[in-house]
Amino acid sequence: MKRSHEPIFWSLFGAGGMLAALIGPALVFITGIAVPFGVVLAPDTMSYANMLAMSQHWLGKCFLLAVIALFMWHAAHRIAILLHDFGVHAVTMVKLLCYGLAFVGTVVAVYTLLAL
Amino acid sequence: MSNRRPYVRSMDGWWKRDVYFIRYMAREVTALFVAAYAVVLLVGVLRLSQGQAAYEAWLQALKSTPSLVFHLILLATFVYHTWSWFNIMPKTMPIMFVGGKRVQPGTITGTGLAAAVVACLAVFFIVRGMHP
Repeated sequence: MKRSHEPIFWSLFGAGGMLAALIGPALVFITGIAVPFGVVLAPDTMSYANMLAMSQHWLGKCFLLAVIALFMWHAAHRIAILLHDFGVHAVTMVKLLCYGLAFVGTVVAVYTLLAL
Repeated sequence: MSNRRPYVRSMDGWWKRDVYFIRYMAREVTALFVAAYAVVLLVGVLRLSQGQAAYEAWLQALKSTPSLVFHLILLATFVYHTWSWFNIMPKTMPIMFVGGKRVQPGTITGTGLAAAVVACLAVFFIVRGMHP
């Protein structure tokens, strides 16, 4: 029997979903509302110097990569199934496109974070 | 060639037929917003790597009204994602036993939601503690 590669994608989907469920609302609130509009948090929290320091620390790199890449893999898996639900039955094509985009996003994130 | 033209029930709008399907769809559609937020962050990292001016343009864009509206929508969908994620968790995780008794679905959902609240507060206070 041919081995399924489903567990790999499902693990990435699960990890991303769990990460988004646990800290997603806080991240969106911080980066999209609190900091840009100076609500509850200092407006210079995400200043160039601060974010550069974060992205140059290995822990910061890991955190940013985990959030960006896992969110993408989580979304890719769900969107692939969603397209099937809406009658797009070219399964291989849909999966190639969805997982492909998540893969490209991951590569770009890894490359950029390593270069910083 | 056959002249038979059997009736095939249309699948259009199948998910609107049942509250259960509507809830399923609402849960799955949050993925589009999760992807959108990942792209926002990825662009931020890319701009950061291009230097101070590029990064500050990205920050400036976050201060616009459309961005605020967008992030309020994102926040609502992320909260819904958290809520639905732990609501289906009793069905997605392996059956768990503690002291010979099966852990009840309500306990799993409740624990998950409590963990999410704690994790969100922890992230918020860590960020606040670093840049008071």
